[in-house]
Amino acid sequence: MNAILKTSPPRPGAEAVAAKGWLAAHKWLILRRCSQLGILLLFLVGPWFSLWIVKGNLNFSYTLNFLPLADPYVILQSLAARQVPEKMALTGAAIVLLLYLLVGGRAYCSWVCPVNLLTDFAYWLRVRLGLKGSAHISRPTRYWVLGMTLVAAAVSGSIAWEMINPVSMLHRGLLFSIGLAWAVLLAVFLFDLFVMRHGWCGHLCPVGAFYSLIGKFSLTRIKLPARAACNDCMDCFAVCPEPQVIRPALKAIAGTPPVILEANCTNCGRCIDVCSKDVFAFGTRFNTTVAPVTGLAQAAPK
Amino acid sequence: MDNETKPSAAARRQFLADTARMACGVGLLGLGVGLYAQHAKALPPAAIRPPGALPEAGFSAACIRCGMCVRDCPFDILHLAKPEEPMSTGTPYFVARQLPCEMCEDIPCVKACPTGALDHSLKDINKSKMGLAVLVDHETCLNFLGLRCDICYRVCPVIDKAITLDPQSNARTGKHTLFIPTVHSDHCTGCGKCEKACPTEVASIKVLPLYMAKGQLSSHYRLGWVEKEKAGGSLVAPEVEHKYNMPEGMQYEHGKGLSGSSGAVPPAPTPAAPVALPKALQGSKL
Repeated sequence: MNAILKTSPPRPGAEAVAAKGWLAAHKWLILRRCSQLGILLLFLVGPWFSLWIVKGNLNFSYTLNFLPLADPYVILQSLAARQVPEKMALTGAAIVLLLYLLVGGRAYCSWVCPVNLLTDFAYWLRVRLGLKGSAHISRPTRYWVLGMTLVAAAVSGSIAWEMINPVSMLHRGLLFSIGLAWAVLLAVFLFDLFVMRHGWCGHLCPVGAFYSLIGKFSLTRIKLPARAACNDCMDCFAVCPEPQVIRPALKAIAGTPPVILEANCTNCGRCIDVCSKDVFAFGTRFNTTVAPVTGLAQAAPK
Repeated sequence: MDNETKPSAAARRQFLADTARMACGVGLLGLGVGLYAQHAKALPPAAIRPPGALPEAGFSAACIRCGMCVRDCPFDILHLAKPEEPMSTGTPYFVARQLPCEMCEDIPCVKACPTGALDHSLKDINKSKMGLAVLVDHETCLNFLGLRCDICYRVCPVIDKAITLDPQSNARTGKHTLFIPTVHSDHCTGCGKCEKACPTEVASIKVLPLYMAKGQLSSHYRLGWVEKEKAGGSLVAPEVEHKYNMPEGMQYEHGKGLSGSSGAVPPAPTPAAPVALPKALQGSKL
């Protein structure tokens, strides 16, 4: 794959920019940044301007004194530590669970989580600086970390992971006071930049692993209605934070339908942006018929 | 068949090695997290949890570090612990010496808590037990020194119940009274107003977590006078009357002091008494 990357254009997406124009080739990226920063801003206008649209943080928030939202993962840890939360937190967790079952589990990672801004920046810089090589930890490590956090909660009888969780540390730090949390986040940034490509979000983060599990069953998916039009430019692989999810659906490995059903897909939509052939589109996990493309490779066997 | 099993054996070995590596790495991380969490369970004494907080073991399992209590505190006294502070990151606390709890009647912080880490069954703020005030330094407390500072007593929201001023004679001057601020744990809420208001350079009265501040009698201890009251009479029958082993011709009665039956001995405790006593002793033939 490295060999292919070297022969591809220096900036992935250049073809798409040429074919569709800059804006269309960055549409989902821009929307995603708006979502990430917008959500952060909704939280921040409270402490900054005493405009309390949303109170709390990503672990639990209360919007307009009406809508409770709770992180089901932190509630799960609380349950593992043998504490049953009050109805408010349970309701909030159920709403969030349903939401991500609709929009895609790891949509949390790419559309909401503030750490994604940091790790995306690290990856962008990594490419810009031409840093090659990456430590190897297998991607499923995150599920082990997820399991470990639940065991740690059960054994210690406390939500132990919250002590060092960089995700909530960053969000809480921005809203309340950051303290030395910046050091933890700098460590995550440097780890992603110098040690490991997509290291934190793609290999270690148990929050992402938890939302991946939701993503196994979620509705919104990246579909490949025109996968036969793929010209193997590899741009989607270059920009995807979880490139292993693309291949089965794109190349119809073992009869995979033209929809990315892999749990780790973050629904970031960057592949849609950078594809000059418009192979990808947002859709649902159902109704996976392929648009007929004449004169190109056949679709998966029935 | 062999051609197919060979690579799968290698793959299995690789899989086992990878799994072992992951398990070890993650296990080490888990050990670190667990130990760190264990350390953080010992709350630093200056950090007081908001009203209604579950005991620390339950609290660190129930609190999801959302900061809703911090937001709904109208006096902004609560903080969320930063990672470098020696307690569970993101959990709420206040420092009484900086800003004490104002004991709002509607307890908004408890209402805001979505998980019940702040117990929703707490409806009366006067029943809260955030900590317990302890007059930690008898050497610097101005009332102990004989002054009428009384500030802790005056600022106490549960005045005359949580802190009373108990008179004691001032042995230094021999003629004044010390008004000793005395905390009563059944009424003290641990709000910290006394600690905040204490005028000494470093507070002489401090709010401490209950586990540090409160002693406990052994379960087999019985207080005779309490048992007597409960039973409505003496548990020892017949009740032995206490006898004071006094010199001949002298009497002592609890609450009244010394008296001489013949009138020869001046009533105690007058300054002359110590002089008169040896005279009386001469006749006692002890």
